[in-house]
Amino acid sequence: MSESTSQAPALEVAATGLPGGSAGAGAPPKRNEFIYYGLRNPKLLFGLTLEVLLVLAAIIAPFFANYEPLTTTGLGPQHPGGTFWLGTDLNGYDMYSQLTNGLRESYLIGALGAAFATVVGLVIGFLAGWRGGWLDEILQLVTNVLVMIPSLVLLIVIGSYLTSRSILFEGAFIGLTTWPWVARAVRAQTFSLRSREYVDLARLSGKRPVSIIVKEIAPNMASYLFLVIILLFGSSMLIAASYDFLGLGPSQTVSLGYMMNQAASNSALLYHMWWVFIPPGAVLALMVVALLIANVGLDEVFNPKLREQ
Amino acid sequence: MRRYLTKKIITYVVAFFIGVTVDWALPHFMPGDPIQGMLSKYNVADNAGYQALYAQFQSSYGLNVSLWQQYLNFWHSVLSGDFGQSIFAQGATVSSLIFSAMPYTVALLVPAVLLSYSLGNRLGAAAARRKALDNSVLPLGYVLQALPYPWLALVVVYLFGPVWHLFPTSLGYDQGLIPHFDWTFISSALDHWFLPFLTVFLVSLGGWAIGMRNLVIYELENDSSRYLRALGANERVVRRYAYRNASLPQLSGLALQLGVVIGGNIVTEVAFQYPGLGNLIFKAIGAQDYFLLQGIFIFIVIGVLLANFIIDLVFVSVDPRTRLSMQGAAA
Repeated sequence: MSESTSQAPALEVAATGLPGGSAGAGAPPKRNEFIYYGLRNPKLLFGLTLEVLLVLAAIIAPFFANYEPLTTTGLGPQHPGGTFWLGTDLNGYDMYSQLTNGLRESYLIGALGAAFATVVGLVIGFLAGWRGGWLDEILQLVTNVLVMIPSLVLLIVIGSYLTSRSILFEGAFIGLTTWPWVARAVRAQTFSLRSREYVDLARLSGKRPVSIIVKEIAPNMASYLFLVIILLFGSSMLIAASYDFLGLGPSQTVSLGYMMNQAASNSALLYHMWWVFIPPGAVLALMVVALLIANVGLDEVFNPKLREQ
Repeated sequence: MRRYLTKKIITYVVAFFIGVTVDWALPHFMPGDPIQGMLSKYNVADNAGYQALYAQFQSSYGLNVSLWQQYLNFWHSVLSGDFGQSIFAQGATVSSLIFSAMPYTVALLVPAVLLSYSLGNRLGAAAARRKALDNSVLPLGYVLQALPYPWLALVVVYLFGPVWHLFPTSLGYDQGLIPHFDWTFISSALDHWFLPFLTVFLVSLGGWAIGMRNLVIYELENDSSRYLRALGANERVVRRYAYRNASLPQLSGLALQLGVVIGGNIVTEVAFQYPGLGNLIFKAIGAQDYFLLQGIFIFIVIGVLLANFIIDLVFVSVDPRTRLSMQGAAA
């Protein structure tokens, strides 16, 4: 289909203000340009397929568990295979049930953390980038100070204030300590976009700042922002695993980090019970790797300069 | 240059002020009364005696004055470096605990951060120009970046400990040795240092390599690079400029990453029971020892600010725009 289109669509792409534009003959129609390149990008396809499979596993797999994650089977440690697909730990907990449950929790935490960080980061980033001046200075200062305060210590103090911690709390905490990454990206992009001619034109025509930001600026950084959010999603899952490993995670919840915490405190390593601590970390690493690979693929799809000729 | 540095220093002063204030305020919100906790050890049955003892402890820890006065006193102790007595390790001052833990943390973090940064940048830059190398560095970098830190620590402990018996997997030196400057102690400390160092190093390596690779590729496609090529500059010159430009965001990334690195370090030290600040902070929390917690917190903040300031000074030498007080990449 790309062969049949002439120069006109390519010009249209170049005029949208995307970095570079995809000039040259054989450019696909604009509407499904991203889909066109997306379906032909092996990295995106590989990462996305892997991630979709893992998400499906997180949704479906817990239903096949024969035991509750925190109900002991009453048996001693069992090797993987037979009745217990992934074995049981020293307390007789079924590892398959814990792992699939942890998978779910990880995705939940990733989504929550990324959502909180995105909302706060967007507001602060747009404010700082659009208004500039002293407001920018102050917001930058807040951002820089927040980045310097070790969030783990903050979590410990705030966490001990609460009698029980929920998943929502952990997600919110991760989001509220990682938003500077979004804010920085949004601020820098807003800075470079706000002096573009079409923004000046919108301002001259009397549009309100909020609608300029939403209609003129935000769409032009959407792809870039999307990539930042994907990275945040992955790092939220990793941060949560660290918190859970230290025993600071949500109470009464089986997560991948909690499994590692239990493995360490039950001396699973000394007893060579590899099936207790290898799977949770390996699965989490796989989840994040798939995200990262899809992210590179998406970057190539969004940014014409990176497309392989 | 003066404007650039003045602005930076103002940021640090404000950050320090906020850090100290937050540090003072947070433990006051912590649940539980540490004095009650201490007194429960003595089993005082007599109520009047209990009250007297309580007041005695309160005044010796400076908790019997108004909040405002406590805040000012806190500033005084921060500036004089005296954080008082630790609660959980009775008889030891907070400063002595911190100073005996700090060498371990510094010895762990500084080499790990610097080595992973420089090696990662080199690997990334090399990967950006050689396709064959790129195909191995990139996947490896992603895997390293995606590894959950506690898991890497567990796997390393498992392989080098119970499986291969190559390295000690916990504590900072052999039990039975007294920290001392002699060969037996230093070799034992190095033996214990290696695995925690390796894990911190590995976990940060991938991120730097990938970051540098992407930045160099962007820079090589940049208009300035195209212009250089159009002028007839050979590819080596173009690459050198690309590398210099790409190293600026990496450097500010290093400054940003420090807080994260220190957080990750707490996980390392807990996983390896390494006797540094991270482990100490964890113990302090368990014991609700807020004098110790406050002291460590201030030390971490000072450490991060100092490291940031050093990076700013490096910026002045790498980025000419900062010398001219134009807006540099660090702004």
